[in-house]
Amino acid sequence: MTPQSQFTVVAPVLPGREGALRKLLASMTSQPGMADPKNALLPFGEFGHVHFARLVLLDDPTLGDIEAYGLPRPQRPVYLAFVGDCDGPAHECLAELARRAGPGLRAIFEHCADFDGALLPWMLAHDQPTAASYVNWVGRTVVQIREESALQQTLAARANRAPVDSPAVAQQRRRELIAHVRSEQAAGRLSLTPPQPTPLLWRLAQIANALLVLLIGVIALPFFIVLLPFLIIRLRRLETTDPEICPPPDPAALLELQQIEDYDVTNQYTALGSVKPGWFRRGLLTLVLVAIQFTCRNVFTRGYLARVQTIHFARWVFLDGKARVLFTSNYDGGHQAYMDDFINKVAWGLNLVFSNGLGWPRTDWLITRGARRELQFKFYQRRHQLPTQVWYKAYPGLTLIDLTRNARIREGLEQPRMSDSEALAWLKLL
Amino acid sequence: MAQAAMNPAPATGAAVELHDIQGLVRFAYKHHTEAVFLLLRVRDAGAARAWLAEVAVTNAATQDPTPSTALQVGLTSEGLRALGVADDVIDAFSPEFVDGMAGDTSRSRRLGDQGPSDPSRWQWGGTNRVPHVAVLLYALPGLLNALQQTVEAQFQAGFEITHRLGTSDMGGLEPFGFVDGISQPELDWQRQRLARDATQTAYLSLSCLGEFLLGYPNEYGLYTTRPLLDPARDTLGILPRAEDAPESCDLGRNGTYLVMRQLSQDVYTFWQALDRYAAGAASTRERLASAMVGRRLSGEPLVEAGSSPAAPSAGASKSALNEFNYLSDPEGIRCPLGAHIRRSNPRNADLPPGGAGVVSRLARALGFNSQAREQDLAASTRFHRLLRRGREYGVALTPAQALTGQPIPGDRGLQFVCLGANIQRQFEFVQSAWLMNAKFNGLRDEADPLLGNRLPTAAAMRTDSFSMPQADGPGQRLTGLPQFVTVLGGAYFFLPGIRALRFLSGAHS
Repeated sequence: MTPQSQFTVVAPVLPGREGALRKLLASMTSQPGMADPKNALLPFGEFGHVHFARLVLLDDPTLGDIEAYGLPRPQRPVYLAFVGDCDGPAHECLAELARRAGPGLRAIFEHCADFDGALLPWMLAHDQPTAASYVNWVGRTVVQIREESALQQTLAARANRAPVDSPAVAQQRRRELIAHVRSEQAAGRLSLTPPQPTPLLWRLAQIANALLVLLIGVIALPFFIVLLPFLIIRLRRLETTDPEICPPPDPAALLELQQIEDYDVTNQYTALGSVKPGWFRRGLLTLVLVAIQFTCRNVFTRGYLARVQTIHFARWVFLDGKARVLFTSNYDGGHQAYMDDFINKVAWGLNLVFSNGLGWPRTDWLITRGARRELQFKFYQRRHQLPTQVWYKAYPGLTLIDLTRNARIREGLEQPRMSDSEALAWLKLL
Repeated sequence: MAQAAMNPAPATGAAVELHDIQGLVRFAYKHHTEAVFLLLRVRDAGAARAWLAEVAVTNAATQDPTPSTALQVGLTSEGLRALGVADDVIDAFSPEFVDGMAGDTSRSRRLGDQGPSDPSRWQWGGTNRVPHVAVLLYALPGLLNALQQTVEAQFQAGFEITHRLGTSDMGGLEPFGFVDGISQPELDWQRQRLARDATQTAYLSLSCLGEFLLGYPNEYGLYTTRPLLDPARDTLGILPRAEDAPESCDLGRNGTYLVMRQLSQDVYTFWQALDRYAAGAASTRERLASAMVGRRLSGEPLVEAGSSPAAPSAGASKSALNEFNYLSDPEGIRCPLGAHIRRSNPRNADLPPGGAGVVSRLARALGFNSQAREQDLAASTRFHRLLRRGREYGVALTPAQALTGQPIPGDRGLQFVCLGANIQRQFEFVQSAWLMNAKFNGLRDEADPLLGNRLPTAAAMRTDSFSMPQADGPGQRLTGLPQFVTVLGGAYFFLPGIRALRFLSGAHS
């Protein structure tokens, strides 16, 4: 298994160069916001380890919201973020990008304030640590996804769709299909690359990390229990006094977001917001993100994040010394359905994290209300969403349900022996 | 977890002001088999306002005997502007209403209004051709002409008529030949259902009033945003106060949004294509057609009604045809997952099915039950219901006539009308996430078998298939479906409460 990893290269844009940068980024797209996989600057399609990537300008129109606390509006430059999800270590992926698309990347990053021309070291130095990240299926590579999609198409086209009269027929049809795949493989028209061995270091790091988090948790627990009444009082006080800032989004900004959506069956989401001021919210958010990172590493690694089965990759990244948080995700379906999932399936989880964000719809006891307040939540998230100038997906037309089904088809193909009912169930996947 | 309800439950049971609600919200005017929808543009704002201030709009109170005619009025955002309604009032309506159905290309992409259904080709409602006002006239047999003449004469100083959308009575069938209009949400007129946020573990057709009327709590126990005005602006002193903000006047109260789309149905292509797939075998042809719809021509659902033991027959009541869900058919063996009625109303609950115990519920809420996850791909139905009020139009054509290609002139189809308090969460969601979505409920490459525009996605993925899972083998698949339905026009209207209509006619707001 080759585990995925992510990079989030963030750097301030040179004053006065933003317009030129926007123009340059637009030249990389074939539809508004949709990367041309063969664009001259950064031909994403040539990088077989990149699942998703985006280039997005982080220009936060909600910085002034902090004035609701009587604090001055902070001065922040516009950042450029280069965000990607890839197979294998992120530094290797960045190194390959630098090696094979150096001129294009330089042309982009030249618009950044402190770009020094040493591309790879600069990118690595600007790669922000991820506070928490989610991978839908740990270890499913781009190569595997593409090969299994081709396999599915071959089998679906070949499958005899007449009803199966007897169990023996199901087995017979499966054997015929396997033989067909073998001959296609022999002819070089299909390939099914075996998975790479799981890197030992990664596995050890996983175990060490899990143990460390558990250990710290166990040590901290007594203190936490003692402090709990005070923390609860503090939380309830903040929950009743924190200002709620959920006006409807500006119509022009909303239109800009919608104009880059729904070209593919998957869409991107980029949002930026400030953390509520004060030690309590900052500490709580840090803790919640540690917990999310722990569950995403150890529990939700096989196709679902609680009830949500439509998120390919997601991440939270602190910016500006934990004053702000960047959230990005890649999700199947339209934006409305994504929000519907959030409200109706995991509002509690959303509230845990985002209620520490400035202006979030009021929560009770950290998990209730909040995102369940449909329109306030929808306004809030659209107002904090930023248009993603360039977005790339390595397997257009495929959703996570497709990927999982295709993987099951391949597993069934490679399974040496099947019962009659298993053989029939496998045929029904086609 | 999601069930904890901390919202203060608003006072329920307060009597609903039926006299202030347009009748279409409560009645379909089934006995009024004659109807015409007039699309108007303002010619003279003063005269237009004067007519709207006086026009007799039929309300939702029960009348005995039933009135022989009914008149309803809807206004688009452009219409409100043309009447002189203040911009800040208009902008406080929902963004979809303000933008309009053909407002931008991204909306058209979401709704599937592309190719031959692109708004640039529409007969009405496209850019620069958005109606200002729709006047919906209904009459008992034989009475429409007189009504229409009277009404048109009354408003002619204020409005010009851009389109008269005729309708025809096809005897309860839609143009392809299926019994239509069976499934409808039931409105909680008594306000008995607690308006609070709680997980529903069963599919119900009863909806909170706020799903279909502004100013009342919806299925989340919340009030949908709408224009709330400073009482000082209500110089006539006629607007009701908002339940959730008593210091403000509620311009939305007792009103709702009305979505209208003219859907041209190519009945010849429909039956002839199915005949080709069936290689001329009549029973196969009808089986395929039923699979696409999810009901037989008689309206009988392919998944039998669970609660009513007797199999519904052609003469069965509509409620008997409506008492079923898909829990017994998770794979879509009897009713394909992509069937039209299964897409437009998946009849699921807030949680996927499973045990009633706390542990089982928690496991499903956290995603730990793999069987439940497989049945958790479509969104919870109760937030996405449509109250349908459409009418057929054109000369009817039987399947037999369609098959022989007997030329019967004219276009036929559906003047689709649906009502709802949230256009985005109701009509647009059902249209985009359920009907046009080629990946609905885990499907691979098929949009709605009836409504799909058949256009490949930008990634060259096809959407013109239809799959029918089988119990004993790989699913049957139809590929290369032709387009059966073309959108010829459409618009979003506000269907105001009657006091709100009078207020808007003042247009001094």
